[in-house]
Amino acid sequence: MSLSVRGITKSFGSFKALDRVSLDVPEGTLLALLGPSGSGKTTLLRIIAGLESADAGMITENGEDVTDLHARRRGVGFVFQHYALFRHMSVFENIAFGLRVRKEPEAAIRERVNELLHLVRLDGLGGRKPSQLSGGQRQRVALARALAIRPKMLLLDEPFGALDAKVRVELRQWLRRLHDEIGMTSIFVTHDQEEAFELADRVVVMNHGKIEQHGSPEEVFDRPATPFVIDFLGQVNVFHGRVEGGRAFWHGIPIDFPEYPHAQSREAKVYLRPHELDIDRPGIPGQETRSLPASVLRVTPGGAVTRVACRTAAGGEELYVDVPTDKARGLALLPGERVAITPRKARVFLPGPEYVI
Amino acid sequence: MTPESAISIPLDGIRLDNELSLDESLSGLPARRRRAEVLPGFGVSGAITGLVVTALVILPLAVLVLRAASLGPAGFVAAAWTPRARAAYAVSLGASVAAAAISSTLGLVVAWVLARINFPGRRLLDSLVDVPLALPTAVAGLVYSTLYVEKGWLGRYLVPLGFQGAYSRAGIVLVLVFVSLPFAVRVVQPVIESLDRDTEEAARILGASRLQTFFKVVLPAILPAVLTGFALALARSLGEYGSVVFISGNMPFKTEIAPVLIVSRLEEFAYAEATAIAVVLLLLSIGLLVVVNVLQQRVARAAQ
Amino acid sequence: MSSTPTTTGSSPLARAAAIAAAFAIVGGVIVVPLASVFFEALAEGPAAWWRAIAHDPDTRHAIWLSLTVAPVAVAFNTVFGVAAAWLVARFRFPGRSLLISFFDVPFAVSPVVAGLAIVLIFGRQGLLGPTLEWLSLKVIFSWPGLVLATTFVTLPLVVRELIPVMEAIGPEEELAAVSLGAGGWQVFWRVTLPNIRWALLHGIVLANARAMGEFGAVYVVSGHIAGATDTMPLRVEKLFQEYRTPASMAVASVLASIALVTLIVKFVIERRIEAEFHEREGLAPPADSPAVASLAIASPKEAVA
Repeated sequence: MSLSVRGITKSFGSFKALDRVSLDVPEGTLLALLGPSGSGKTTLLRIIAGLESADAGMITENGEDVTDLHARRRGVGFVFQHYALFRHMSVFENIAFGLRVRKEPEAAIRERVNELLHLVRLDGLGGRKPSQLSGGQRQRVALARALAIRPKMLLLDEPFGALDAKVRVELRQWLRRLHDEIGMTSIFVTHDQEEAFELADRVVVMNHGKIEQHGSPEEVFDRPATPFVIDFLGQVNVFHGRVEGGRAFWHGIPIDFPEYPHAQSREAKVYLRPHELDIDRPGIPGQETRSLPASVLRVTPGGAVTRVACRTAAGGEELYVDVPTDKARGLALLPGERVAITPRKARVFLPGPEYVI
Repeated sequence: MTPESAISIPLDGIRLDNELSLDESLSGLPARRRRAEVLPGFGVSGAITGLVVTALVILPLAVLVLRAASLGPAGFVAAAWTPRARAAYAVSLGASVAAAAISSTLGLVVAWVLARINFPGRRLLDSLVDVPLALPTAVAGLVYSTLYVEKGWLGRYLVPLGFQGAYSRAGIVLVLVFVSLPFAVRVVQPVIESLDRDTEEAARILGASRLQTFFKVVLPAILPAVLTGFALALARSLGEYGSVVFISGNMPFKTEIAPVLIVSRLEEFAYAEATAIAVVLLLLSIGLLVVVNVLQQRVARAAQ
Repeated sequence: MSSTPTTTGSSPLARAAAIAAAFAIVGGVIVVPLASVFFEALAEGPAAWWRAIAHDPDTRHAIWLSLTVAPVAVAFNTVFGVAAAWLVARFRFPGRSLLISFFDVPFAVSPVVAGLAIVLIFGRQGLLGPTLEWLSLKVIFSWPGLVLATTFVTLPLVVRELIPVMEAIGPEEELAAVSLGAGGWQVFWRVTLPNIRWALLHGIVLANARAMGEFGAVYVVSGHIAGATDTMPLRVEKLFQEYRTPASMAVASVLASIALVTLIVKFVIERRIEAEFHEREGLAPPADSPAVASLAIASPKEAVA
């Protein structure tokens, strides 16, 4: 089922949770709503499910206006953040609930529930109470319960938030396979960018009740639309710089910036991702026009990459560089050594009204 | 309106409402944005609650106040401020304040022991504290009056010592302590349980004596709860009738409390006077309720 | 319901003294009077006790009346309590906190004042007196008045029990049920009621104890007519006034037994609630529950009147 959200606005008292949010979700997409807490992502999900009513705006499913349709009749599967399992019912009865309230025949219910228990790999645990299950098992019961009613769409609120790291990764991969199998339009809310990028076909980054960027994981990661997005997607070095004549300058090093062709020089912010910086010993010919001299502060070894903290010679600013560990071994950098840092890629943002992160 | 009809209307409401809740009832409305409740039953539960609160709480109290107001200021004072009424207020207030004070003090000890010390029989003691909540006050009054008469279990020792527990103001205080003790204990107990014991230990390490620790560290922390317990005990005592009527002897100007005076005025069909005294008592209780509310918020804030 | 404390580091002597003081207070104020009811009631032997209970028609009528008035009042309170708790714990609306404080009014107001207010409405000279007379309905000095007075006095007990429990459980399970297609009644019967059943039972038991024992309000509205409007507590008083203390004690012992049974049932229910609470703790982190509205008066456990 395809979903379309148009101009959804929602306030709680004086707090604007959502501000004219519009979004299209094509049939079969697995979409992540990514953002920090308070960004409105959960509110948006609940409004899509009908669990919350919007102050303004419209929601259509397959072109049909469902804005005022009661949650009961939305036919949407919703997995709550803390699962909201019926604590006094067995696992079987939890999954059967949606079928029982529809007064389906007993035999059909039994068949469907057993099928789902198998799907979520909980065969034989139908008689357990939710309190007797582990976190990951509860999460799968919640999923099976939502799927039991054959929903047109699956909505998941922080589906892995309450799980420990190992179970989280396992369940994530399992959910991706499940989505590929059943192909249902699904939306999940997360504050974990790694989770969003690994799992989703489309990522929507939200902040302060607005959508900052919407695109494929590659688009969002490679071409962050706003300072907020680049900042939210992981550690980044931020510097003051200037722009003029289609180029930005970071300590005299030019970076292409065709968005600003004007001759008049203007202040800008330059974002440099640690893995998009190269680090070398000084003395390579031609280096001085592309590189910035710096000194090593710390070297933090990691798995695939080694993080090197440096201080620029000019201005004394601190920055991080991620170096492939093999290369770092070869360089064998020590604190205090002089190095040259070369940006391969940079992102420049002009100060604007949306500048505040 | 009979009481049956007063309460059976909402019952019918439930049956009619059935499973068709808000969505059906509102689906006919134009597509203007509305604040629809997702959870069902706002209308039904609101109707039942509104009806019961209006019929059972607001209406009776309003009628009482309007009746008293119809006396006019002079008439009200004449009815509510007779020498006998003033004496009854004095006995009521005096006995209630004394009982609330005793209950708060004894209750603090019991609450402290229950919250802080583990000993065999703790659960039993904990359950026994609730007895006055479940025991009809008439039974308490009856028992207390027989305990403290000359030949009673306790009276045979106390009366020779000059302590008149029955048919005296002391007796009123005694039975009010019984009635109000659970309030004093139950409000303070959870607060003591939630106290951070590290603070006390820190105070002790810093050289404070046991008493200093109690007065400087513990008491300020539990004071709002103790005061709440006092106010609740006071409210309960001021309104108490069933137990006092047995033990006090109900002698005007000496052991007659305000609720007893209301009843005796009512039995003489002196409605105006009964109403006026009742309104005085009502205002006192509502005042105490407000005080309890404010204190309770402070307790909640202190707990955070 | 309190948690078990770990014993403090104070000296054993001081601890023993404190425990002794607590036992002395509870013993002197509560246990001795309670025990004496049974001793006094059985002072002349079980046969005399039985005669006093079963062979006095007015006493028999009083027992029967108490056993009918209390359940009706408790039934009204159950319906009201569930509805009011649902309203207050699941919806936010203007006037909500004012409404919550109205629930507490019967705790604060003297039962005698409440009884008088009911007389002023339904009595012969009351607001609705002429109407009732025209309809030849009798409220005051009759059964409906007793029910009304008892309902008023016990009004807060069920709702006060349920509000904190429903706030703590939160609305998520009910929302889940709605999104799975359940209607209002289905949500209530299948999800809400099973979750609040112990708290509800707790409230019902307490309300019933209070209803059985109510004196002041019932005294005022009943007219105190032996064999007609005397409930058990009123009967205790009448026998006492007639200098029939042993008979009075016999009736009192029945009431005291009901109170003891109530406390035992209450104790058992509280263990259940505790167990379910721990189960719940295991299910969802406490941060999950929405902001709990500050309750107007002490929580029900504390404020049971």
